[in-house]
Amino acid sequence: MAEVALNAISRRFGDVTAVDDLTLTIADGEFVVLLGPTGAGKTTTLRLIAGIEAADKGTVFIGGRDVSRASPAERDVTFVFQQYSLYPHLSVYDNLAFPLRSPARRIPEAEIKERVTAVAEMLRIGSKLQNRATRLSGGEMQRVAIGRALVRTPQVYLMDEPLSSLDAKLRSDLRLELKRIQQDLGATILYVTHDQIEAMTMASRIGVMSNGRLIQFGTPRQIYEDPDDTYVATRLGVPRINLLPMGLLPVQSAPNQATQMGVRTEHLEIAPASNGDANATVARVEHLGDQTHLHLLLGETPMTTLVDPHAPLAKGDKVRITAKRPLFFGADGKRVGVRQ
Amino acid sequence: MSGKSSAHSVVEPTPVTKRIAGAVVIIYALISMIPLFWIFITGFKSPPDSISYPPKIVFEPTLEGYCNLFTTRTRQTPDYIQSLPPATETCDEITRSRNMVIAGASNYLPRFINSVVIAFGSTFLAVALGTLTAYGFSRFRVPLADDLLFFILSTRMMPPIAVAIPIYLMYRELGLSDTALGMILLYTAINVSLAVWLLKGFIDEIPREYEEAAMIDGYTRLQAFVKVVLPQAATGIAATAIFCLIFAWNEYAFAVLLTSGSAQTAPPFIPTIIGEGGMDWPAVAAGTTIFLIPILVFTVLLRKHLLRGITFGAVRK
Repeated sequence: MAEVALNAISRRFGDVTAVDDLTLTIADGEFVVLLGPTGAGKTTTLRLIAGIEAADKGTVFIGGRDVSRASPAERDVTFVFQQYSLYPHLSVYDNLAFPLRSPARRIPEAEIKERVTAVAEMLRIGSKLQNRATRLSGGEMQRVAIGRALVRTPQVYLMDEPLSSLDAKLRSDLRLELKRIQQDLGATILYVTHDQIEAMTMASRIGVMSNGRLIQFGTPRQIYEDPDDTYVATRLGVPRINLLPMGLLPVQSAPNQATQMGVRTEHLEIAPASNGDANATVARVEHLGDQTHLHLLLGETPMTTLVDPHAPLAKGDKVRITAKRPLFFGADGKRVGVRQ
Repeated sequence: MSGKSSAHSVVEPTPVTKRIAGAVVIIYALISMIPLFWIFITGFKSPPDSISYPPKIVFEPTLEGYCNLFTTRTRQTPDYIQSLPPATETCDEITRSRNMVIAGASNYLPRFINSVVIAFGSTFLAVALGTLTAYGFSRFRVPLADDLLFFILSTRMMPPIAVAIPIYLMYRELGLSDTALGMILLYTAINVSLAVWLLKGFIDEIPREYEEAAMIDGYTRLQAFVKVVLPQAATGIAATAIFCLIFAWNEYAFAVLLTSGSAQTAPPFIPTIIGEGGMDWPAVAAGTTIFLIPILVFTVLLRKHLLRGITFGAVRK
């Protein structure tokens, strides 16, 4: 396993800048998650590290070695593609053995068998080894794709939304499994996802990307509790953080430059109120089973928060809400005021 | 499930529709096969039967056509034939009954071998060059790619025979006239544009992720091409090879013009089979029947690759 460092890399496709002057260091043994909407440049970043895309500018280091001009094979990385990319003409076994059979590696067939069987057992596809790769369900294909990465011990694992098409049970199982493998092997992993739970639970650090740029890079707690700007603040949290103009909710000691404040659901206190001190009206109550979303109107401004499922609230009720520890943002969306 | 269902499905044809469609296909196939059938039975007719009018459907089959195809014969007096030791082979017997003896082997076999060498050789070259070219156009940023592809296609915009005279003169200068190499190069040149265009379509459909995955898995681009792209392009390669082979196998005009002796292929040779008193139609039919066999075998062998759908569903779109 090795450290991966990107130094000011850029990649353009025609008029679109997919990755823009990105500098990022993934420490040896670290699990880094890239978060961001579609088109933010996350996948391109992985492809640049893998060497299947060449950077227009900048340098890629793997284990301290400049690999910017090296072929994908020389970089010794593995890549789990979002669209599985299993070799359709091969069986599951041959798919898993394919990286080990590379002429450059020359691993004896007995050892290949051992490693393939072990990985297949771990991913619970042991009974499918003789099937053709095309005769599998989506979840099985994705497990084979993950398995093809895990049969090797590369410098770095690159994973592009590897769990996105699995059902919830398998996804949480594999999430734990991946995290365990990462800790056992001390593996360096760069992982792209949209899923907040995956990002929060697995990442040592999260990089938030937008338009090819790295907006903020920090631990999951830093990203969640101490975002640099409104963009990062809205990446995490369900329901999303409420961004409200200043003055709607009473706060103590707001910084002067603040034009809006961000209030997460756990930063809100809700109390039933009589007409006099009420400042919000219940617009809708959504019961989702494990949680209940409360849609409120602060005058004209809508906001959403979580509420106790058994709270006696109904549409039209008047409530009083208070914000504890809100985050303040300036006119440009940047954080202002005291940082935690 | 669908068998007893009376509900009308928009995607599944009804049993009646299926039967009608099947009948149409069978009738069409039968009509298409009448000339082939006629050639096949003519090969087993005697020369008088083959030109009798009205044509004979029922006749006494004979191998005379096949004997005449493979041999040259000389007419002898009945006395001389009587003096020979008894005939040991069927062909000897048939020939003697016509007051002739076998003088030697005909040119059919060498001409047939020429056809095999030239057609399969040019097909192999055209498909090999076509696959590499198509891969290059499909995967790399080639300057002026569209113009180059159009240029490649434009070589087929006039019938190849339109350039027969320049090619004839060129071949004479280069010493390629009546050589197998010359014919292989010519048919390769004609077929390669078709091969590039057909194969580019097939290779475009193979997702790049497979090669990218293979290259990350530790293979070079060439190894990835051999291990991953070729197996998946097998369908396209097989189809292209059949098209190229059929063209090169059947080509007549250039073969007449450029070959006459050692490199002559079967198509110009077959019409030159002359028997006593005109065309030896059973021998011509026999030659044609045998000539059809390699294409038939080749197509049957590659049939399983012609079924599409091998790569379906392995990449989530």
